[in-house]
Amino acid sequence: MLTKRIIPCLDMTEGKVVKGIQFVSFRDAGDPVKLAEIYDKQDADELVFLDITATVENRNILLDIVKKTARKVTIPFSVGGGIRTVEDMRLILKNGADKVSLNTGAFKNPNLIRDCANQFGNQCVVLSMDVKKIKNSWNVFINGGRTDTGIDAISWAKKAVSLGAGEILLTSIDRDGTKKGFDTSLTRLISANVTVPVIASGGAGRLEDFLNVLTEGQADAALAASLFHFKELTIKDVKDYLFKKKIPIRLV
Amino acid sequence: MIGIIDYDIGNVGSVANALRKLDVSFIVSRDSNVLDKADALILPGVGSANGGMENLYKLKLTEFIKNEILNGKPIIGICLGMQILFDSSEEGNTKCLGILKGKVKKFKKEKKIPQIGWNQVIIQQYNNVAMKQFNNKFFYFVNSYYCIPEDKSIVVGSTKYGEEFTSIIQYKNIFATQFHPEKSGQIGLQFLRNIINKWTEDTSEVAQRDSSDGGGIGKK
Repeated sequence: MLTKRIIPCLDMTEGKVVKGIQFVSFRDAGDPVKLAEIYDKQDADELVFLDITATVENRNILLDIVKKTARKVTIPFSVGGGIRTVEDMRLILKNGADKVSLNTGAFKNPNLIRDCANQFGNQCVVLSMDVKKIKNSWNVFINGGRTDTGIDAISWAKKAVSLGAGEILLTSIDRDGTKKGFDTSLTRLISANVTVPVIASGGAGRLEDFLNVLTEGQADAALAASLFHFKELTIKDVKDYLFKKKIPIRLV
Repeated sequence: MIGIIDYDIGNVGSVANALRKLDVSFIVSRDSNVLDKADALILPGVGSANGGMENLYKLKLTEFIKNEILNGKPIIGICLGMQILFDSSEEGNTKCLGILKGKVKKFKKEKKIPQIGWNQVIIQQYNNVAMKQFNNKFFYFVNSYYCIPEDKSIVVGSTKYGEEFTSIIQYKNIFATQFHPEKSGQIGLQFLRNIINKWTEDTSEVAQRDSSDGGGIGKK
């Protein structure tokens, strides 16, 4: 049986792992390659790297980290942040990433999803979407959660999948870094409306949060960052708990 | 030395990194003159069957790969590299290498497609000492399509995703997996290690396709 994935996320800026709350007030969480190695040994199911302040100058730092990480870890990892062209994606994959996540670049130019999927296969293309509730609607935000596009999350998710996205990394801006639990209603809404796997992100704080989002939320994977970086919970704590709750989980 | 076939279709780098971790010497190349010198080949691949075959034609590698296999060079096909060893794929209605008889089909729609993540392998051939230890172990899968070999005796392992599908095949010098051993943690590295060790022990059996033999590839 296919198991649910537990994924540590490394948000980076200028080559360091940082963690913010609702996309601001960042705190240093260490060296990305070292953290990646630790998570690999702890049997994380996958890793996610997000360069949250990606700029042209940062691109080389990122590629170097991708390359070093790929040599150390034995599990799949995806990389995102500032990807605008097929060529950007090619460079990241060439340096050892298994998947690339597209966010603002894809929103501004949806054909980027199609072009990347045609070139590298849809399993390689992750649509990363940051969503916030505005009155009664779920809006997609871009530019690192700073700009409200006014576009409905379901319609964007569906469009991205039809263009070739093979997976969705769904982040709730409202919950990000709050430890109040994943937004299960948002996650369920997206998961029920697309045919590809959904990774839930934003808000993990307690063991029960993982259980809720993987059951009620219908997520295929759950992602967390600070919780793991600051060792409030380990990957093993989460996996053991879920296993006891009869969730299909890979225990090594 | 192992030759990793680089045909511009996905994560050749991950396979190289796995071999580095195993301390196995390798070259990455798209040049048949270079790959010819390798003792064994790995045909990796993520992406689409049509894209993969197109690239192999462009690089003039299709005949080379067929000949190498039929001449007895050991090969591991991974994911798409497994699928294109068969006759044809539903993906883009693609004619594949046709080294093994059978076709490649898409998962039924009731499941999320692609299948992404860790799934268990059920070993079907218990006499296979090198493989027995991997029964019920988890490996990393990323696939929307799966192989249906005509000759069921080549099925070494299967996996359930809605339906049960073939996840490992072995026929003489051909070994192939639907999952990514290079991305499956320590168990994946152990899996690759076992195949490579087996190669160095015994390379006497060679796959030969014989059209008069309805059961897939014939026997030498």
